[in-house]
Amino acid sequence: MMEPNQALARQFGLSADEYARVLTIMGRTPSLTELGIFSVMWSEHCSYKSSRVHLRTLPTKAPWVIHGPGENAGVVAIGDNLAAIFKMESHNHPSFIEPYQGAATGVGGILRDVFTMGARPIANLNALRFGSPSDPRTKRIVDGVVRGIGGYGNCVGVPTVGGEVNFHPAYNGNPLVNAMTVGIAPADRIFLSAAAGIGNPVIYVGAKTGRDGIHGATLASAEFGADSEEKRPTVQVGDPFIEKLLIEACLELMATDAIVAIQDMGAAGLTSSSVEMAGKGGVGIRLELDAVPQREPAMTAYEMMLSESQERMLMVLRPDRMDMARAIFAKWELDFAVIGHLTDTGRIEIVHQGRTEADIPLEPLESEAPLYRRPMEDTPKLPPLGPVADPVGLRAALLTLVACPDLCSRAWVWNQYDSTIGAQTIRRPGAADAAIVRLEGHTRALALTTDCTPRYCAADPEAGAAQAVAEAWRNITATGATPLAITDNMNFGNPEKPRIMGQFAACVRGIAAACTALDFPVVSGNVSLYNETEGNGILPTPAIGGLGVIEDAAQSMGLALSPGLSLVLVGGAPSHLGQSLWLREVAGQEAGPPPPVDLAAERRHGDFVRTHILEGRIAACHDVSDGGLLVAIAEMALAGDTGATLTASPGEGGDHAFWFGEDQARYVLALPDPAPFLAAAAAANIPAQLLGTSGGDGLTLQGEPPISLAELRAAHERFFPAWMGT
Amino acid sequence: MRAAITVFPGTNRERDMAAALTAATGQRPRMVWHHETSLDGIDLVVLPGGFSHGDYLRCGAMAARSPIMAAIHAHAARGGLVLGVCNGFQILTEAGLLPGALLRNASLRFLSQDCHLRVERADTPFTQGYAQGAVFRAPMAHGDGNYTADPDTLDRLEGEGLVALRYCDPRGALTEAANPNGSQRHIAGILSPNRRIMGLMPHPEDLVDPLLGGTDGLPMFQGLASFMAKAGAHA
Repeated sequence: MMEPNQALARQFGLSADEYARVLTIMGRTPSLTELGIFSVMWSEHCSYKSSRVHLRTLPTKAPWVIHGPGENAGVVAIGDNLAAIFKMESHNHPSFIEPYQGAATGVGGILRDVFTMGARPIANLNALRFGSPSDPRTKRIVDGVVRGIGGYGNCVGVPTVGGEVNFHPAYNGNPLVNAMTVGIAPADRIFLSAAAGIGNPVIYVGAKTGRDGIHGATLASAEFGADSEEKRPTVQVGDPFIEKLLIEACLELMATDAIVAIQDMGAAGLTSSSVEMAGKGGVGIRLELDAVPQREPAMTAYEMMLSESQERMLMVLRPDRMDMARAIFAKWELDFAVIGHLTDTGRIEIVHQGRTEADIPLEPLESEAPLYRRPMEDTPKLPPLGPVADPVGLRAALLTLVACPDLCSRAWVWNQYDSTIGAQTIRRPGAADAAIVRLEGHTRALALTTDCTPRYCAADPEAGAAQAVAEAWRNITATGATPLAITDNMNFGNPEKPRIMGQFAACVRGIAAACTALDFPVVSGNVSLYNETEGNGILPTPAIGGLGVIEDAAQSMGLALSPGLSLVLVGGAPSHLGQSLWLREVAGQEAGPPPPVDLAAERRHGDFVRTHILEGRIAACHDVSDGGLLVAIAEMALAGDTGATLTASPGEGGDHAFWFGEDQARYVLALPDPAPFLAAAAAANIPAQLLGTSGGDGLTLQGEPPISLAELRAAHERFFPAWMGT
Repeated sequence: MRAAITVFPGTNRERDMAAALTAATGQRPRMVWHHETSLDGIDLVVLPGGFSHGDYLRCGAMAARSPIMAAIHAHAARGGLVLGVCNGFQILTEAGLLPGALLRNASLRFLSQDCHLRVERADTPFTQGYAQGAVFRAPMAHGDGNYTADPDTLDRLEGEGLVALRYCDPRGALTEAANPNGSQRHIAGILSPNRRIMGLMPHPEDLVDPLLGGTDGLPMFQGLASFMAKAGAHA
C-alpha cells in the first residue's frame, strides 16, 4: 500500500516545497487520493507552473475573438453567426512510448476539447517531428504515429486535411505529436465548463473507467530516462468508435437546453474535469465514486480519480431535463451515470464505499498552485554566415532538396488519412498552402495550416518563433483567405535548465511580436515541457496552428501551375542562406542566423497578394519557405504537372543564394497578365519581379539543361515508400 | 422517388451521401436509424460509408445483423434498389446480399486517394448515367477494400455480367498500379443477379461538386434519379 508522505509526493512529481504547501492547505497529512489530486493538478502539464508568467504576455484579443485562452479551445467569429472553435495539443511523451495509441489518443483528446464546447469537428491537422530517419527507432515511431492518427481520425469521420512532418536527430528520443482540431458552432451556442446551480446533478457519460493512463499528466511532466519503456502502462488506449458515438450524443443533447456546463475528461481525467468545473463556477462538488461506470473490478478511489481512460465527459445538467438526456445517451448506447452533485461548500469531496476519500478546498488548490519564474539564459546570437561556395550546381542541388526527408512528397503520410470525408475539403493536402474546408451549407470556407521551422528557433528563438507565426499567416494569405487567429503548441525541453527556459521566453516574445503586428491573436494553446531523453532536449518547437476565413470558397487559391502563365516573385530578391535547407542538405552545415523576419513587410506583401487573389487575377500562388524560391517553383510545377522556363537573373549573392535562400515575406504567383500586376506592385512600393513563364514538361534555368518533371517527381516521391517499404 | 440512408452506430459518410442524393434528385433523403424496422415508401436504400460498430469483429459483420436489415432484405426481395458504398458494401456482403468479401488492403494500410473506375456495364440503374466503358474518378478511403471471392463465384460474376466497375488507370487500362487495394480481377463494384443491388468501395458521392475537384460521381446519382423517375411514371 502506498503511504502518503514526502517520499511518495516526490515520486508523484511534487517537490518538497510543493508538498509542504499541500500540508499547509490541508492542515494534516493528505490521503492517497488527495495527494494524487494535488500532484496531477500541480503537474507542469495541468498547472503551467513554469510557463504561465510568460504566456500572460501573449496578445489574445481582437474584435472577432469570442473566447481566448482559458477555455477548452479558442473561439473566433467567422461570419454568418458562426464560430470556429480550435486548438492544438501535444501528445509527445505517450507517442514515444506507444506510438499508435499515443498518437490516436492525441487526436481523440483534441477532438473532445472542441466538441465539448458545442462544435461539430470539421477538420483535423497534425504537426509531427521525428528523429533522424537513420535512427533505428524512427521508422517504427513514424509508422505507428501515422497509423494512429489515421486509425482514430478516419473512424470518427473527421477529415485530416493538413499538417507538417519534419525530421531531425534532436527528436530521436522525443518525437512530437501535435494534433489540432477545428470545429464549427453557432456563435451564440458555445458551451462552457463553469458549473452552476447548487444541488444540480453531475453526470458522467461515455466510456467506462479503467486503470489505463493513471498518472499520465505526471508522465508528461518529466524527462525520460533509459527506463521509459516501463512507463507503457501510463499510456491511454483509445476507442474512436466510442468517440464517434459520444460526438453524436453530445451534439444531440447540445441542441436542447439541458446542459448547464460540460467538460471533457482529458489529462488527469475525473480529477481535473471536476476540479475545473467546480472551480470555475465557484461552487463545491461531491462525487460518489460507486456510481462511476467501471471497466475493471475493485478499482480504488485513487485509481478512479487518476485514470485517464479516454472518451469520457462530465456534465452538469438541469434536473428537469434528466430523462430526455438519459434517453439520448441510451440511443447511442453510452453509459450515463449520475455520480454526484454541486454543493455550496467550495470543496471537492470524494466518497467511495461510504468513506470520504478526499476533501479538499478548491480555492487554494487553484490559487496556491505553484508558479515559477525560472532562471533564464539567452541563446547566444550566431555570427553571420560568410560566403558559401556552391559545391554541386543548381540542378543537383534542386534534385537533392526535393528528395530530402524534410521536403519530399508527404503523399505516403496523407494517403493514410481520410481527407475527403464530409465532402467539404475544397483544397486537399498539398493542393494549396493551407487546407480549404468549406462550411456545410455555406459558400464560406476556412483556411487551416500548421507551421514551425524548429532549426530557425534553435538558432534564434525569438526570430524563429516570429517566423513560425508569419509563415502560418502567409500560408493562409496565399490561399486568398484572411488570417484570424492562432493556437500555439509550445514544445520544449526541461524548463529547469536556464537555457531551455530562455528559449521558451524568447519564443513567447517572438510569437507576441508577430501576432501583434499581423493582428493574429493567440486564442488557445498547450505547453509541453521536459521533452528530453537522458539529458538531450529537442529543438525549441513552438508549433503554430493558424486559422483564416474566405467568404467564397470558389475564390480560394491553389498552388498548382498551369501552362501559359507568367511567374512573378513578390518580396525582395533572396540572398539569405543561414539555417537554410540548402546549407544543411547540400553544403552539409547547420550554421548562421535564420532569415530575419520583417513583420511590417510580411503584412504589406501579404495584404497586397491577398487583394490581387480576391480580384481574380491570379491563377496560382505559393509562399516561399523551406528550400527557397526554386523549390517553391518546383512544388508548383509538380502539383500542376506543368514545367517552367526561368529567366530571372540572380542578385549579388550568386545563383545558389538567389534560388535557395530562405528570405521571408515572399510569394510566387502565376498569372496571365503580369504587366498591370508589376505596375501595381511598383506603385505600392512592393518589391516584385518577373521570374519566367510556365509550360513544357521540365524546369529550365538560364544556362542549364532542363530538369524534366519526371526526374523531379521521381526524386520527390522516392523517400517515404522506399524507407517504409510500401 | 424516395431515397433512404441507413445510419448505424459508427456510420460517418451519411451527410456526404445525403448531399449527393439531394444534388441529383432535389429531394432530401430520409435518414433511417438502424433500430428502425420499416422502409415503406422507399425506392432506394443507401448504406453509406463509415465504421459501423467500430469495424470490430469484421467490417460490417455486426451491422449486417441490425434490426433494419430485415427490412432491407424484404426491400431487396421486392426488387427494390439498394446501394452500398464502402462500409455499406461490406455490410451487404456480410448480409449475404452480395457475394464475396472485402479483405484488408494488399498494402495493409488505409488508402485515401483518388482512383479511376471503368464502367463495365452501363445498363443498370446505378451506372446508366455513364457510357459503357467510360472511365471516371472517385476518392477512395478504406482499410478493407480488397475484393475477394472464390474462383467459381468470380467466374459466375464475370459470366453473368455482374461486375459493374473495375479499378483502372486514367485511360481505362487494368494495370497493377491502378488497383491500389489489390482486389481480385480489379473488381471495385458488383451487382446482384437482378442488377438492383450494387456495392462499391470508392466514394462517388464525394465528387459531385466542381469545387471539390470534379463532378465525376454525379452521373451515378443522376442516373439513379432518372431511373426512379421513369419507374415512378410507369407505376
